[in-house]
Amino acid sequence: MQPILEMRGITKTFPGVKALTDVNLTIMPAEIHGVVGENGAGKSTLMKVLSGVYPHGTYTGDIVFEGQARRFATIGDSEDTGIIIIHQELALVPLLSIAENIFLGHETAKHGVIDWFEAFARTKELLKKVGLSEHPNTLITNLGTGKQQLVEIAKALNKKVKLLILDEPTSSLNETDSNALLALLQEFRAQGISSILITHKLNEVLKVADRITVIRDGKTVDTLDTSTAKVSEDRIIKAMVGREMVDRYPARTPKIGETIFEIRNWSVYHPQHAERKVIKNVSLHVKRGEVVGIAGLMGSGRTELSMSIFGRAYGQKITGEALISGKPADVSTIPRALEAGLAYVTEDRKTYGLVLIDHIKHNITLANLTGVSERGVIDDLRELAVANKYRKELAIRCSGVYQATINLSGGNQQKVVLSKWLFSGPDILILDEPTRGIDVGAKYEIYGIINQLVDEGKAVIVISSEMPELLGISDRIYVMNDGRMVAEMPAREATQEKIMRAIMKSWED
Amino acid sequence: MSDAAAPSTEKSVILQFVKANMRDYALLLSLLAIMIYFQFTTNGTLFMPVNMTNIILQNSYIVIMALGMLLIIVAGHIDLSVGSVSGFIGAVAAVLMVNYKLDPFFAVIVCLALGAIIGGVQGYFVAYHKIPAFIVTLAGMLIFKGLALTVLGGASVGPFPRIFQLLSSGYIADPFAVEGFNVLALLIGALVTGVIIFFNFKERRNQQAHGLAEEPDMIFYGRNLLIAIAFLGFSFLMAKYKGLPNVLVVMFALIALFVFITTRTTFGRRIYAMGGNEKAARLSGINTEWLTFLIFTIMGALAALAGLIFAARLNVATPKAGLGFELDVIAACFIGGAATTGGVGKVVGAVIGAFIMGVMNNGMSIMGIGIDWQQIIKGVVLMLAVFLDVYYKNRSH
Repeated sequence: MQPILEMRGITKTFPGVKALTDVNLTIMPAEIHGVVGENGAGKSTLMKVLSGVYPHGTYTGDIVFEGQARRFATIGDSEDTGIIIIHQELALVPLLSIAENIFLGHETAKHGVIDWFEAFARTKELLKKVGLSEHPNTLITNLGTGKQQLVEIAKALNKKVKLLILDEPTSSLNETDSNALLALLQEFRAQGISSILITHKLNEVLKVADRITVIRDGKTVDTLDTSTAKVSEDRIIKAMVGREMVDRYPARTPKIGETIFEIRNWSVYHPQHAERKVIKNVSLHVKRGEVVGIAGLMGSGRTELSMSIFGRAYGQKITGEALISGKPADVSTIPRALEAGLAYVTEDRKTYGLVLIDHIKHNITLANLTGVSERGVIDDLRELAVANKYRKELAIRCSGVYQATINLSGGNQQKVVLSKWLFSGPDILILDEPTRGIDVGAKYEIYGIINQLVDEGKAVIVISSEMPELLGISDRIYVMNDGRMVAEMPAREATQEKIMRAIMKSWED
Repeated sequence: MSDAAAPSTEKSVILQFVKANMRDYALLLSLLAIMIYFQFTTNGTLFMPVNMTNIILQNSYIVIMALGMLLIIVAGHIDLSVGSVSGFIGAVAAVLMVNYKLDPFFAVIVCLALGAIIGGVQGYFVAYHKIPAFIVTLAGMLIFKGLALTVLGGASVGPFPRIFQLLSSGYIADPFAVEGFNVLALLIGALVTGVIIFFNFKERRNQQAHGLAEEPDMIFYGRNLLIAIAFLGFSFLMAKYKGLPNVLVVMFALIALFVFITTRTTFGRRIYAMGGNEKAARLSGINTEWLTFLIFTIMGALAALAGLIFAARLNVATPKAGLGFELDVIAACFIGGAATTGGVGKVVGAVIGAFIMGVMNNGMSIMGIGIDWQQIIKGVVLMLAVFLDVYYKNRSH
């Protein structure tokens, strides 16, 4: 069979860096092809070459699509041939409707006048194909991330897609939505549409991919065929990192002390819709030296809960008690919550965590400027010493602490955010999706940092949508659903099935 | 750095450093080039002591407002009201001093406080009610333009008491009585030069001790030499005329203060963080509302000071005073490299930006170019400066 796409000997250099070296990628018709690799391995660069973001001439090598050599100059060129890429950050306009978004730039218009009936009819058809029953007039902003992802795919279908490229499509989706998305890819395969799936979630690639290409340091190191050989996650990880990962979660002997932080009957209302109760009478506690995991689906209220605890950064009409070491604590503003010893490490480091245009040093000290200053005047050398200390301790890979954080990889950005909060000297850390979108090696390092923190007697609350991770690092697990705590269990007794069952059962109540 | 590197690598280090700091050097070089150009086209008038003094006097109020505007732009906002506010304060000052015979010192304090309150009120709406600064200050611009007219009753009020006029027309008295040469001006110039160079060397020693000195030796010494030439030459020119104008001292002290605030204090750092990513700054425990309120208050006080200086210079308050100042002030910040998106900008850049505009105004006026063409040329320069900025930024990515 003739491959639908062949990329041969792709080499792409940026000033001073060789991002891709002689990369080959072959996609067969009706194939789901997984592309995996650590952050910064060159996956995204390769896809940008393919989709014309980096136009022909800025790289060397050949792209052959449907038997013809292609020289894409723009994204439009690649889209016209049926190669469509869906980026990690969705490219939808939030305040336009589904129909308007789907036809954006390809309006069903005659002489510039849009035929809305036609647009609606076709939108409905497309939505049905991706399993959505929303009205075409629904605004994107009113859809959850999972459904927005599906709208993106519907948009791709409208452009007569032959090869669909998905960059980390499930990184912000919960399990149910992820499964629905993967099932959709399988359906497309049955219809003859190929897809490239770029992801960090190895269980997903293993589940749906026919073949898997592993990229490391800008080179293709391996292409694994899942139909002819038994491929295990460990096998892929080994290829990705170039070494055997014996243990994915570093070992730790828990030394659990007294309860340090507790909330009782915590209730929060939606910041815009005052009648909507988002968090419903939640109580939880965490002890010194303990890692507490909060499991739940997307939208279960975990982020809202933690942000409302952290200085009421989310919501309104917040009621309930917060206690630190048994005494009522004032956490009503962010400075007070900081003062009380809380720290919240956001799930969205680019929007809420970092000043991207600024360098590492300034980002690390931002939450504790008084710690490097005297009467409001910053001691530059002290600040530098602090930044270098964390750079070393957390192994932040960078050219120096004066490197802008925008130029760091996801894992290193996460380490900078962590450094910032560690320097604020908290006793209780809430980590919201601390390993989202970062590679296996960096994940392991983050787990190591968490272990070190609890060994020092701090308390850590971890929110994660990756259940194996929660099971691997927590001492105790809470399960949240629909704004309520629905279960609590010691981690050694917990299993993925048990957690899912608790969630499902709470729907029935 | 101390190793005997081959000359070729030494050269490439220097080149690399220049490239990385191109923006700063380009700005300074543009100012120099513009000055030299006008020196020729005005047949040597530009660098004449009396004209240099004039340039300072003519631009001091723009520079002073640019300092506050830089904070506001770095924070991600804008203030369109500064021209009207400065005009309004000038009018209030005139009414207080001329009509009500209020003591000039007391009147100045009242005016500065009033400016701060005006800035604070605008800042309150921007910070605590999240109304875009563009709207709030556009409203302020209209309101204070109107209030200036009301206060003055549509007429000009003046002249000011002699002591108040000295704010703009006075010079630091020279204890050394030398005919036609102000020794004190030169001495102060030498002192300031010495202090700046002393601190530069101290910082460099500190950096070297921690292996941080990125700047190649040649550039460091060259830069200090240029600073010395510029400051000594400038104070020499001042000395040959009437000495150091009072305004110059005020302006220089404020520039030094704002450089310090923006580069060394937690207050300054928080402004940059807020402009760079407000959400991240908030979640890092920074009280962004209070910070926004403060910078608008500071801007108001600076606009008031500028209004006083301008009124003292004209020796009369007119309803048209301050008209369009905001445009020069904002242009100065953007020519100086501030980013419209916030988080980026330097005080020194804004000051140089203001002088680029000022020297062009002065040079073109001496050349006899009409006001129409002056506007066009200034517009083109602003556009070009920002275009080059954006162009090189995109290319470097």
